[in-house]
Amino acid sequence: MATEVQLPALSPTMTEGKIVKWLKKEGDSISSGEAIAEVETDKSNLEVEAFDDGVLLKILVAEGETGKVGAPIAVIGQKGEKVEVSAAPAKAPAPAAAPAPPARPAPKVPPPGPEARKEVPQPEERGRRAGGPAQVVPIRRAEEPPPPAADDGGRVRASPLAKRMAREEGLDLAGVQGSGPSGRIVKRDVEAAMGQAGQAAAVARAPAPAGRPAPVAVPSFGRREPEVLPISGMRKIISQRMAEVKPGVPHFYVTVDIDMEEAAKIREQAKAAEVKVSINDLIVKAAAMALRRQPKVNVSLQGDRILQFHTADVGIAVAIEDGLITPVIRDADQKTLGTIAAEARELAERARRKALKPEEYAGGSITVSNLGMFGVDSFIAVINPPQASIVAVGGVAEKPVVREGKVVARKMMSTTFSGDHRIVDGALGAQYLQELKALLENPTRLLF
Amino acid sequence: MPEIAWREALNQAMSEEMERDVNVFLMGEEVARYNGAYKVSQGLLDKFGSARVVDAPISELGFAGLGVGAAMVGLRPIIEMMTWNFAILAMDQIVNNAAKLRHMSGGQLRCPIVFRGPNGSGGRLSSQHSQSLEANYAHFPGLKVLAPSTPADAKGLLKAAIRDDNPIIFLEAELLYGVKGEVPTGEHLLPIGKADLKREGKDATIITWSRMYYFAEQAAQLLEKEGIHVDLVDLRTLKPLDEEAILTSVRKTNRVVVVEEGWSFCGVGAQIADIIQLRAFDELDAPVERVTGLDVNRSYAAVLEKATEVSTERIVAAVKKVMYREEGT
Repeated sequence: MATEVQLPALSPTMTEGKIVKWLKKEGDSISSGEAIAEVETDKSNLEVEAFDDGVLLKILVAEGETGKVGAPIAVIGQKGEKVEVSAAPAKAPAPAAAPAPPARPAPKVPPPGPEARKEVPQPEERGRRAGGPAQVVPIRRAEEPPPPAADDGGRVRASPLAKRMAREEGLDLAGVQGSGPSGRIVKRDVEAAMGQAGQAAAVARAPAPAGRPAPVAVPSFGRREPEVLPISGMRKIISQRMAEVKPGVPHFYVTVDIDMEEAAKIREQAKAAEVKVSINDLIVKAAAMALRRQPKVNVSLQGDRILQFHTADVGIAVAIEDGLITPVIRDADQKTLGTIAAEARELAERARRKALKPEEYAGGSITVSNLGMFGVDSFIAVINPPQASIVAVGGVAEKPVVREGKVVARKMMSTTFSGDHRIVDGALGAQYLQELKALLENPTRLLF
Repeated sequence: MPEIAWREALNQAMSEEMERDVNVFLMGEEVARYNGAYKVSQGLLDKFGSARVVDAPISELGFAGLGVGAAMVGLRPIIEMMTWNFAILAMDQIVNNAAKLRHMSGGQLRCPIVFRGPNGSGGRLSSQHSQSLEANYAHFPGLKVLAPSTPADAKGLLKAAIRDDNPIIFLEAELLYGVKGEVPTGEHLLPIGKADLKREGKDATIITWSRMYYFAEQAAQLLEKEGIHVDLVDLRTLKPLDEEAILTSVRKTNRVVVVEEGWSFCGVGAQIADIIQLRAFDELDAPVERVTGLDVNRSYAAVLEKATEVSTERIVAAVKKVMYREEGT
């Protein structure tokens, strides 16, 4: 019997995926567990495995096309078997166009017939005839049950449609205020939340199936039309998330200058021992140890709960083609600089190939974002929820500073901490930076 | 197109079909010499004679059975029930014979018969003469159930029903017989099982049939004044049900009100709500709301009758409720 291969959800936020490449062609034999296609999800490229033995009878979603999670992308069966596709293939549909049946005039309500007894009751007339107080007839259904007692386990009440819309838009309903009965989140609430997310989100929502870009309404003043670029899955997620994060997460910023003379020496010593350690690796290790010393920063806001982690996991922002991703170095406080360096290199390399697994870029409470290599002195970064903070690191450069009354040249680095003010306060952010600064200025502490 | 009343539209349908096919005949109480209790068969006796327009005794089970037997051997009877309330007596012939002959005979027998007559409220006729019985017939496999709203739909569907090879329950609203509308002259056939989108709007869907269509249309006009635009789906056929028409509208508006003259419990609207939750769960922004007759017997007293029947006001309130507007919320 022929079996459909459905597009699996390869990441928690994935709703659709682009077939980057078919690893098998129609007619190829396949054994269970074998990879048959490479799929671009919102974050990275992953392989889809077959669950059945047989022959790849038909490919339903061609390379370059986008499919919906759960819908069939191919059919596997016995050689020569006829293919019958039950469900619509996974191709993401074009934006839902309202059906447009031919316009027709609204039929008019016919007047009552001639016979008095058999005339159509005209409800309004009857209303008048009844006279007296207004209708006592209630809506048939009993009123909605009252909201349950305070503890409903943090469950979000939303209409099925609202949930579906949120899923499609990548919107977290936990932060949306419901206007329906018992606080139910309904369509208009989701629309309002998306509206707040601003124009960036609107751009992300704009229909942009690969290869079929929407028409652009930008005047070109008779010159060459601008290029219309398809929006990749990653770009879509980034634009949606950033549009939500900036208005949704109240950021505050704290900046310090860190003297990196000693840290640079550690790096030299490592090099002498033939261990390649970058400044960023030192910062990652320091960021993790600082989390240990300021555990109140090691938190994450999840709906109406705050999680405080027992581990110090640090994300590293990696710029990749058409976006960025933040793989996480687990237990960075426990690892040697050499291990962190090797892991960071390996994760960054796979990030650039879009070959990270979802669990490799999930979790953590803080991220290190470093633009030093571009000659940037300092910048401020946007938090990557559900993390609660991020440190934006500029380049290490010799700067004139005053030491013991004298102006001297020192290797300095500017670092800006962005905190989610809902759960982290300014003083806490400052204390965290104090720890980070102390660790980097006395980097032998990073070694034990 | 000429404007004619419902009863004339039915008369045209029967008359045209009887002219077209000699196997078609009409039988029922007072259909011949009295020209019908509601004058639907006006003039048919004169035109087709007493062999084809037959006055039956007051014996619903008996003449329903005669009709079933005639259909078995090749005729195409139209059996008029003076009201569907009286047809309860004929349930055994309709349910145990008409609906099951094809099955019981292994496909050897057909039963091309139309049972037709007035259904629903008659206007202060009290509980034994005011029932909306469509849910009863829609329950049984083997029966098709038609309940059109406009004279044109009534003509097109009755003609199609007479030509159909299966037993058909054709429900006419007693209070609609005098209602006029434009009706095509001559051949006018409508497909059984196809709903009609009688009004288009994006905000909510009202699904209804038969006389309730007029209430829904009035409600839609009132709602339009408040900027609420509804899709009005007139089912016309209750079984087989046009599920796609329902789902297409639900996908557009995300909110549904089903209006039914009969009672709520096990009503046709309950089935429609079930189909919607099953096949369009993720499209719903609100629970499916139903406006039905209240779950009590209809009274003779005008005030009580009105209080227990569907009203335009209740439809308006239900639409606002599914839209989370004002008293609806």
